[in-house]
Amino acid sequence: MFTGRLCRAAALSRARISSRPVALPFVRSAYRSIVTTRYTTDHESVVFDTETGVGTISITDYAQSSLGDVVFVELPNVGTTVNQGDQIGAIESVKAASDIYAPVSGIVEEINKELDDKPGLLNKVDDEKGWLCKVKLSNPSEVEGLLTADAYKAHCESEGSS
Amino acid sequence: MIQTKLATTVASSRVALNVASRRNCLRFMSGGGSSELRKTGLYDFHVARGAKMVPFAGYSMPLSYGDVGQVASHNNVRNNVGLFDVGHMVQHIIRGGSSLKFLEWLTPSSLGSLSAYQSTLSVLLNEQGGIIDDTVICRHPEATWYVVTNAGRRDEDLAWLQARLKEWNESERSMDGKVEHEVLNDWGLIALQGPKAAAHLQRFTDFDLSTITFGKAAYLSIQGVRVHVARGGYTGEDGFEISIPPADTVEITSLIVGTDGAVQLAGLGARDSLRLEAGMCLYGHDLDEQTSPVEAGLSWLIGKDRRASADFIGAQTVLKHLQKGACPRKRIGLIVSGAPAREGAKIIHPDSEEELGTVTSGIPSPTLGKNIAMGYVKNGDWTKSGSKLLVEVRKKVREAVVTKMPFVPTNYFRG
Repeated sequence: MFTGRLCRAAALSRARISSRPVALPFVRSAYRSIVTTRYTTDHESVVFDTETGVGTISITDYAQSSLGDVVFVELPNVGTTVNQGDQIGAIESVKAASDIYAPVSGIVEEINKELDDKPGLLNKVDDEKGWLCKVKLSNPSEVEGLLTADAYKAHCESEGSS
Repeated sequence: MIQTKLATTVASSRVALNVASRRNCLRFMSGGGSSELRKTGLYDFHVARGAKMVPFAGYSMPLSYGDVGQVASHNNVRNNVGLFDVGHMVQHIIRGGSSLKFLEWLTPSSLGSLSAYQSTLSVLLNEQGGIIDDTVICRHPEATWYVVTNAGRRDEDLAWLQARLKEWNESERSMDGKVEHEVLNDWGLIALQGPKAAAHLQRFTDFDLSTITFGKAAYLSIQGVRVHVARGGYTGEDGFEISIPPADTVEITSLIVGTDGAVQLAGLGARDSLRLEAGMCLYGHDLDEQTSPVEAGLSWLIGKDRRASADFIGAQTVLKHLQKGACPRKRIGLIVSGAPAREGAKIIHPDSEEELGTVTSGIPSPTLGKNIAMGYVKNGDWTKSGSKLLVEVRKKVREAVVTKMPFVPTNYFRG
């Protein structure tokens, strides 16, 4: 029902984000940009760009839908060093407060300041303005340890049916 | 603390632990006394209308319906009319020659001054003056009382009432007539709430609803069924709580809800944000057995004659708390800047940095667009409205201004 549909929607929208232009032919293959999207069981996502070494952290569509109207977002300071699993902020909806945990380790490079005035951006499905922060990864191999879109979808479905 | 991992929030709103917060529900569930969830007579009605059912006070109750979010549902009750199933609450009939005296022993209210079919908010007090439960008591003719108590306190209330009743009936105090207590098990109770509630309900009865003002009740007929209609509710809006015999609950509710979409079904989510905007307490959060009605800001329900006679259970503490400066704590309202303060957040004095107390309920108010909260603080100058305090949320202090409740003005029908 409800649950499964949202997960599929989430998986589809993320797949679209991950298509980006590939490098020009004369660039060495080592510098080709590969963008990978991975998920956590905490319903966060990371879009990792190998070229920049930066991961963009968001919450999944499934999460935003479950939280309902987001009214306040608390984010870490730029320059903060975070370890995978550290609490880096919080999302408040009318319903509840939820902590955000760092899905990867690194240094916070940028935060989405637009969320200060427009926390509801997190509820806009398919809106690329709804990211939380960008982290320069200190250990890019952590990305491979996170859930693929299919694994995350399966995780949501198992939660939905339990 | 109520702060949870996103995964927990997501999971709990799915398995439905989440009402105002996860902790709220866990506490309510423990109040149910049984692992098997009870159902009101409207359970199938809710499921058929897309309700997300959650455990609450030992019952499986609707949190929300279909795709309607908490804010939309809340706003609909403020602006139009919504219907809540409150059939989980415990309805009692108390009658007998000495029933007035009996209820005035259990509560600090001047029940003798109520006219027929008039009701009042009251509290059941323990020997220490702590609140066992908050309740609405409606006087009926012929030494009969219609009483509604909280579902989450069902076991505690019934045990207390039965023990006190036995004690009373065995004593000389019952010489004007023994007291009988009946629980209206399985009776329906629905709350039609919002500025359009009266016009809507009037379509189904010949009884002139303008003759029932806020706090009054009447028996009237809807489709040939005799129902008890009390004007009031838990939202701060005009509205009615309608008590319906078990066999007719689904039919009467279906009739009132109709099919034209005029009445939107509302769940526990909206109920919590509406009551908090109205400054009303939720037992187990804003009230408990260690809190006196004076601390809770409910001194208005302690009758003048009752203060003089001091013949109710818990009177000693209550009268002490009523003396100037003698009440150790006070319930206050707060408007918090930045992050919403939820249950458990510390309230701190900005100069001395002393921890004055804690928040007991808090949400971002859908009507005001501000973070509202209530909580208890040590008694002092800072309880005055306009005082600036601090509230700690996620280890950061946020500014908070003491604010008079209700946060949103009530909209009752007073005739």
